[in-house]
Amino acid sequence: MNKSENHDHRISNRMTRRAAVVGLLQLGFAGALALRMRNLQIEEAEQFRLLAEENRINVRLISPSRGEIYDRNGIILARNEPSYRITLIEEDAGDVERVLGKLAQLVPMSSEDLERTYAELDRNPSFLPVTVVDRVTWEDVSRVAINTPVLPGITPEVGLSRYYPLADNFTHVVGYVGPVSTRDLERHQNPDPLLKIPRFQIGKSRLEASFEDQLRGRAGTRQVEVNATGRIMRELRRSSGEAGENVQLTVDAALQCYVQARLGEESASAVVMDCKSGEILAMTSTPSYDPNKFVRGISHTDYNALLEDERKPLVSKALQGIYPPGSTFKMITAIAALESGLINEKTKVYCPGHLEISGKKKYCWKRGGHGQVNLEKSLRESCDVYYYEVALKVGIKKIAEVARRYGLGIEHDLGLEVEAAGLIPSKEWKKRTKGMDWLIGDTANASIGQGDVLTSPLQLAVMTARIATGKDIKPVLLNSNSNGGGQLPTTDLEDDPARLKAVRQAMFNVSNKRNGTAYKSRLIKDKFRMAGKTGTSQVFSISEAERKKGITSNEDREWNRRDHALFVCYAPFDDPKVAVSVVVEHGGGGSKTAAPIARDIALFALSDGECPLDAYPVKDREHIAEQKEMLAKILPDLSSNKNVEI
Amino acid sequence: MSYLEYRVRSIPRGFRKILHLNWALILLLIAVASIGIIMLYSVGGSFSQWAEPQLKRFLVTFVMMLMIAMVPIWFWRNMSAIAYLFALTLIVLVGFIGSTGMGAQRWIDLGFIKLQPSEIMKVAIVMALAAYYDVLPPSKISRPVWVLLPLLIIALPTLLVLRQPDLGTSLLILITGGTVMFLAGVHWAYFTSVLCAGVGVVFAVFQTRGTEWQLLKDYQYRRIDTFLDPSTDPLGAGYHITQSKIALGSGGLSGRGFKMGSQSQLNFLPEKHTDFIFTTLAEEFGFVGGISLLAIYMLILLFCLIAALEAQDRFSKLLISGIAMTFFLFFAVNMSMVMGLMPVVGVPLPLVSWGGSAMLVLMAGFGLIQSAYVHRPRTTK
Repeated sequence: MNKSENHDHRISNRMTRRAAVVGLLQLGFAGALALRMRNLQIEEAEQFRLLAEENRINVRLISPSRGEIYDRNGIILARNEPSYRITLIEEDAGDVERVLGKLAQLVPMSSEDLERTYAELDRNPSFLPVTVVDRVTWEDVSRVAINTPVLPGITPEVGLSRYYPLADNFTHVVGYVGPVSTRDLERHQNPDPLLKIPRFQIGKSRLEASFEDQLRGRAGTRQVEVNATGRIMRELRRSSGEAGENVQLTVDAALQCYVQARLGEESASAVVMDCKSGEILAMTSTPSYDPNKFVRGISHTDYNALLEDERKPLVSKALQGIYPPGSTFKMITAIAALESGLINEKTKVYCPGHLEISGKKKYCWKRGGHGQVNLEKSLRESCDVYYYEVALKVGIKKIAEVARRYGLGIEHDLGLEVEAAGLIPSKEWKKRTKGMDWLIGDTANASIGQGDVLTSPLQLAVMTARIATGKDIKPVLLNSNSNGGGQLPTTDLEDDPARLKAVRQAMFNVSNKRNGTAYKSRLIKDKFRMAGKTGTSQVFSISEAERKKGITSNEDREWNRRDHALFVCYAPFDDPKVAVSVVVEHGGGGSKTAAPIARDIALFALSDGECPLDAYPVKDREHIAEQKEMLAKILPDLSSNKNVEI
Repeated sequence: MSYLEYRVRSIPRGFRKILHLNWALILLLIAVASIGIIMLYSVGGSFSQWAEPQLKRFLVTFVMMLMIAMVPIWFWRNMSAIAYLFALTLIVLVGFIGSTGMGAQRWIDLGFIKLQPSEIMKVAIVMALAAYYDVLPPSKISRPVWVLLPLLIIALPTLLVLRQPDLGTSLLILITGGTVMFLAGVHWAYFTSVLCAGVGVVFAVFQTRGTEWQLLKDYQYRRIDTFLDPSTDPLGAGYHITQSKIALGSGGLSGRGFKMGSQSQLNFLPEKHTDFIFTTLAEEFGFVGGISLLAIYMLILLFCLIAALEAQDRFSKLLISGIAMTFFLFFAVNMSMVMGLMPVVGVPLPLVSWGGSAMLVLMAGFGLIQSAYVHRPRTTK
């Protein structure tokens, strides 16, 4: 018994020992757990806290409101308008089909809208809103709002959308915005995250595109708490970002609209510049189109119609259109000749109606000839032979040099990206591009702005302003407030002011002397007196075939074979304020088509839109009054469109 | 010494037994269950979501525990073999009629409870082995023949559960059974050799990977991979552990406050009300909260150990320490798993996680411990 008891005791002790071993192991394990907990929760807590925040917080972008664009007087050219859309949240809607059916009775919906909606509903989690219809009217929104009880899950939402109140009047200056395309994204190395926001719009053309960076602004952020499936639980923080900068242009909206209207249906372009500051007051191109259509998404048919129109509404002709300047180039040749010292203003040239150059007759536009021609008469009556003779003496090199100095054949940086440089030919250029030697016939052609010479309406306006002032005027489009002060140029273009004086006097006579080519388009009040130059540039010379058909003048030809009509002028003569250039494509003669338009524009600009009838010659007044009345009907009312803060 | 050798006259009778319950242990269990209910309320959003059913479940199993405690321990000793066979039968049955969940056949749906027979086995195996060593004369304990028999008792359910397949539970059954054998006094040499064999098996498991003979299912291999490097698949296989560690870590020292844990409240945590509930606790109450729960668990273990030492008979000693071991394995494995120290094997946090099986089994186990405690002989000679 004693032995057994001892045995029992030993076994009991062994059990206790082993229980202690197990207990210690358990304690050790628990210690390891505690250490691990300490490690995770105290030593690395910071890092895990960050990770948890990353999980929890999702940064959403808020699109900034795009900068507005104003004219020089604060009239709004581009602004942001609330745009309404109807969204659907699937989980709130319950029976989606029934709800959409009801909605379709209230809001116009296409089958495309429905298809897209169902596709998006399938793709997205049920708590995310899906846009059913975009750009609905306020009336539609109110109808939906009244019917909310029977439309579970349906919410009208408001966003901002670009709107151009002056529609087609500023398309060629302001441009338009549109949705971001994959091409836009590829263009940037590191695209602004904003570009990835659905429905975000960026500038697509002209000013909207080239000033995109200023206009866009910076994205605001909204930190939201999301759960594991991405549902927004609440908003934590919001930083509002920065609205885009407003841009103010030098353009005068009233003048711009007037010019667009005055150009009417013509395929034409006109530029009005402040002679002294170089500020662009109007820069127009017709026909134009409504940029708002592009913002909303233009239909294929509409777009194709624009593409196929032979008057090319998509082209901004003031900048992109390049035309032979025709006789408006003659001032350049004249200045070059005067500068060379080979002639002076009194030098006379005999014009028999043609000049033989290398065995070929080159004609003057007046087949009968002008007789004895000096500088004044050569410009006033636009004698071609005078310029052939003079140019052959001076040479193309000098003419090209002067042309560039006066702003032709070079790019003027308005910041619109689409400016065409035009072309002032030279011997090297011809060798390089055509592989042919320069002929003296080419010089003769260039001297009257034909042949290879190509200039844009903007360049012609710059040239006119430079002749008018003798200074190195540079065109500017942004108001000095926004571009840091338009510096008035001080560089004199000529060392001897007498040369320009002679040219200006001749230009004055063009408009004010009985034989002047633009005498019919004169203004008779001294404070409006113009100095100008007509131009008629040949696109196709009248061919033998046409002559056989009996076609001898422009009016008989097909529209797109007619000559371009040009006119450049500045006014008032004694204290130049505005320079105007007008190009009417296939408009026929410069004096007949372009000069009257330029006169109306100049008068409008000088009289602040008043256009007093007594500034016109008596016999024009009746017809002008009629025209005025007609234009008044189509001109937009700008008074409601002014930004009062500016 | 077997309890039959004691006089039982000093043992309390009738309702007086209630006074002799180990109340400290009971209070600790209530504390743990309360923590569980609070956490379930936190993750459920409303009280009725998870907390309320869990409370009811705890009350029912609590009553059950008291009832088990009232019944003399020798009755339960005599029931041991039956309990074991019952559990074994259920495990076999579950292979035929069980529902499939998470790629494994594990439970029988009884309507009011999803019964997991492998959980019952965790306690039944302790009872069976304790009874076995109670009957076996101490001198024979380390004889190979008498070692083989308990090994069979352990191996049978282990292999059956492994086939379900439920690696975690089968390992727990194996370890629990082994612990009871160790406590009973089986010679060290056996355990050393088993340990070596175990290392060999682990080696074999990894060597056969990718062959036709591979010993584990692909998902189990993947779990091990994820365990070794969870960052390789942060949204797939490693998601659980990564999010769990983020939740734990972001809790910091004092936690983010009740119902303020972003990881659990915003559903980044998977299984936040079941196996991963500890992370919610640690996120919302921090290191302080987590270590407190661990301390309570360890206190429960301590009181069990004391009860085991106070017990005079082998059955009671082995039963109490075996069940304590089961309880320890529950929380130790669960915590290691959520802290990224172990593969995710699907072991709930005892008395805290949502779920009936584990609570039922553990409360039954504590009922047995109380029974052994109440009915222990008060005086020797």
